[in-house]
Amino acid sequence: MKEFLSGNEAIAKGAYDAGVGYAAGYPGTPSTEILENIAKRYIDIYAEWSPNEKVALEAASGASMAGARALASMKHVGLNLAADPLMTLSYTGVNGGLVIISADDPGIHSSQNEQDNRHYARFAKIPLLEPSDSQEAYDFTRLAFEISERFDTPVILRTTTRISHSKTLVSIKKAATCLYGRQERALNKTAIPNNIEKFVMIPSYARERHRIIEKRLKRLQNFSDRFTYNRYENNPPSPPFSKGGMGELKNKKGKIGIITSGIAYQYVKEVCRDMPILKLSMTYPLPVNLIKKFAKGFKKVYVVEELDPFLENEIKALGINVIGKEKLPSFGELNPDIIEGALFGKRKRIRKNELMLPVRTPIMCAGCPYLGIFYTLKKLGLFVAGDIGCYTLAALSPYNAIDSTLCMGAGICQAFGMEKVLKEEERKKIVAVIGDSTFLHSGITGLMDIVYNKGITTVIILDNSTTAMTGRQDHPSSGFTLKGEETKEINIAEICRVIGVERVRHINPFNLSEIENVISEEINQKLPSVIISKSPCVLLKHKAKVHRQPSLTVDLSACNGCMACLKIGCPALERIEKDNLSFVTINTMLCNGCRLCVDLCSIGAISS
Amino acid sequence: MQYRSNFILKNADSKTVNLLFAGVGGQGVLLASDILSEAAHIAGYDVKKSDIHGMAQRGGSVISQVRFGKKVFSPIIKDREVDFLIGFEILEALRCLNMLAKDAKIIVNNQKIHPISINFNGKVKYPENGFELIKKDFKDAELIQGITLAESAGDNKTVNLVLLGRLSNYLPFEQNVWEGIIKRSVPPSTVERNIHAFRLGKRSK
Repeated sequence: MKEFLSGNEAIAKGAYDAGVGYAAGYPGTPSTEILENIAKRYIDIYAEWSPNEKVALEAASGASMAGARALASMKHVGLNLAADPLMTLSYTGVNGGLVIISADDPGIHSSQNEQDNRHYARFAKIPLLEPSDSQEAYDFTRLAFEISERFDTPVILRTTTRISHSKTLVSIKKAATCLYGRQERALNKTAIPNNIEKFVMIPSYARERHRIIEKRLKRLQNFSDRFTYNRYENNPPSPPFSKGGMGELKNKKGKIGIITSGIAYQYVKEVCRDMPILKLSMTYPLPVNLIKKFAKGFKKVYVVEELDPFLENEIKALGINVIGKEKLPSFGELNPDIIEGALFGKRKRIRKNELMLPVRTPIMCAGCPYLGIFYTLKKLGLFVAGDIGCYTLAALSPYNAIDSTLCMGAGICQAFGMEKVLKEEERKKIVAVIGDSTFLHSGITGLMDIVYNKGITTVIILDNSTTAMTGRQDHPSSGFTLKGEETKEINIAEICRVIGVERVRHINPFNLSEIENVISEEINQKLPSVIISKSPCVLLKHKAKVHRQPSLTVDLSACNGCMACLKIGCPALERIEKDNLSFVTINTMLCNGCRLCVDLCSIGAISS
Repeated sequence: MQYRSNFILKNADSKTVNLLFAGVGGQGVLLASDILSEAAHIAGYDVKKSDIHGMAQRGGSVISQVRFGKKVFSPIIKDREVDFLIGFEILEALRCLNMLAKDAKIIVNNQKIHPISINFNGKVKYPENGFELIKKDFKDAELIQGITLAESAGDNKTVNLVLLGRLSNYLPFEQNVWEGIIKRSVPPSTVERNIHAFRLGKRSK
């Protein structure tokens, strides 16, 4: 019986069946469910949320060094942080298999960019696998560990949102026949390693390891040529390395052949399932001979790939003339219609929705402890250096209160950098805003910069006791581990004090005058300050009960339609029209009774 | 009249069937598309499903696409090839109309969920006559009293099962298959009302 699994569920299952002993990561769309599934379903794997992706990969490499199979899972931008250990892990190689899952987000469904992480494999000179559905996500996860151990290298398994979040049928039985050997649970054969030439990367050893990398790359390229998941489809019908197969191809030069990988393969099959295809699954190092032989068989070869011309440039460097990004976009997601248009000129005219429909943008929740903070920041007219989390939503209407967002942890540093070059009176108009999980991920070092280099920056830490945006994952100050076990809660205020911040203030995020007073005081200080707003995310059921109150109602006979309450940006407040007049009502299904709107209603029309 | 949905009921083996579920976070869109996918799987079809739900918890739109047939490649549906639209909310159904085949079947829940953009842009209003707008271009459209039926099943959160029940009339899967999957997919304490909601939806008109 097949199972209907998402790409992320399939990776979790593949990791379990590969005998993984250690799994670590930091939440990030679209990768989050990999570790959640491991923690929920495969409890004998040690699994953790690490403070950030660099820590996750380094810890996983330690487990690998001690002989366990280890996995580190992250979104594409997470690998930027983990790139430091990655580049040198290529030198040390592994002991137990080490696989890095990079979940990319073409189309930027929920990210700050759409970088193509396949480049990391070439950069680090390590193998890269690209599954095109959940079956391959499962198979390749298992294979990745075998390749890792066989070639003594970390391996990147790269998915995209459409692989991670699509569900397809997975046959577990078929894949249970492991291609290259061992699959017993790895924890049983761990030991303290003793191999300094391999694991201590000082210049004399690293130089030798670099030679080994170059040799390994040649062996991997041979392997890629023989890797059965790099395959011809439709033409020639016989297997690529049988004598007859290639002969047939030479004699009969076809018109068009397509080279493709990842989700683009499925789209190509959708629009032209009978076309000759070279389906690539190991996309670094490339199967050079397979590609050369395939290309010889056709007058025209198209390369169909999402995002960058990664395959295309490599293939062109082999002296093979292929057509890729001159026909296909280098940005956004592909889909079957785009590919059909590019290959066959069958461009459908995109039918526009002619109806004028109101947009439904993502917004903060009713009763969210962030609402009052952003209302106040907007009111004070401050420049707000933002960060990555739910609060990034405050950049858009109706909040319009965030002025910069770059990457995890950048807000504090950007505010500090601005302050150092601005005029004195302008320095008081900047604050940095960061969430609890992001602060622990990479905000602390920025705060150290401020204290060490005599800054005066005001940092607001929005502590909602969870990693909310990705679906409420635990973190080092939430009090629970990935597996739901109770643990020490790291105290954020104490961290700030220990670093040397003398002014650490606490505010109640549901008291507008207190928020305004404290922020106004702190931006005028000649010292660094941290303002902590601690109140749990309203979606955190076990914790949020504390501040969930009976819902409020508007007395419509009193409401004068001034719309002042709407400025808080709460989705429970709904503007309605009645007899050509506007009023506000409260959706009792959504309202959490936080009373922020009560404070904004000057005529007292809102009550419980 | 010969609608696409009649054709599919008779010819599900020769054509890949494309379904689009559209709603708002919290309406149970993904559970509904999961149950449908499982039913297609049990019936022996290849199935693929693609969700876009990154921001669903923040009140954004949720879209789930399901494709089943003999062999399915792309998990996403080609432009204007949606056979069935299951709209959990009128505005979200209207938003998807340009993606449908011209004789697509539409099942839409008679519910309006206020998008916050209306609060700040007085010009763009929630369409008053949503279902008429749908009916104008798509003859094979049904309006379902989802909330009312869900409430009579004992839980207003079972709108998704009401809609699925209605949809089941047009798909070649047995009643006991549907109910078996529902039993496995919802919390044990809610099985009874979910199945009740499914049956009410199936019988509704």
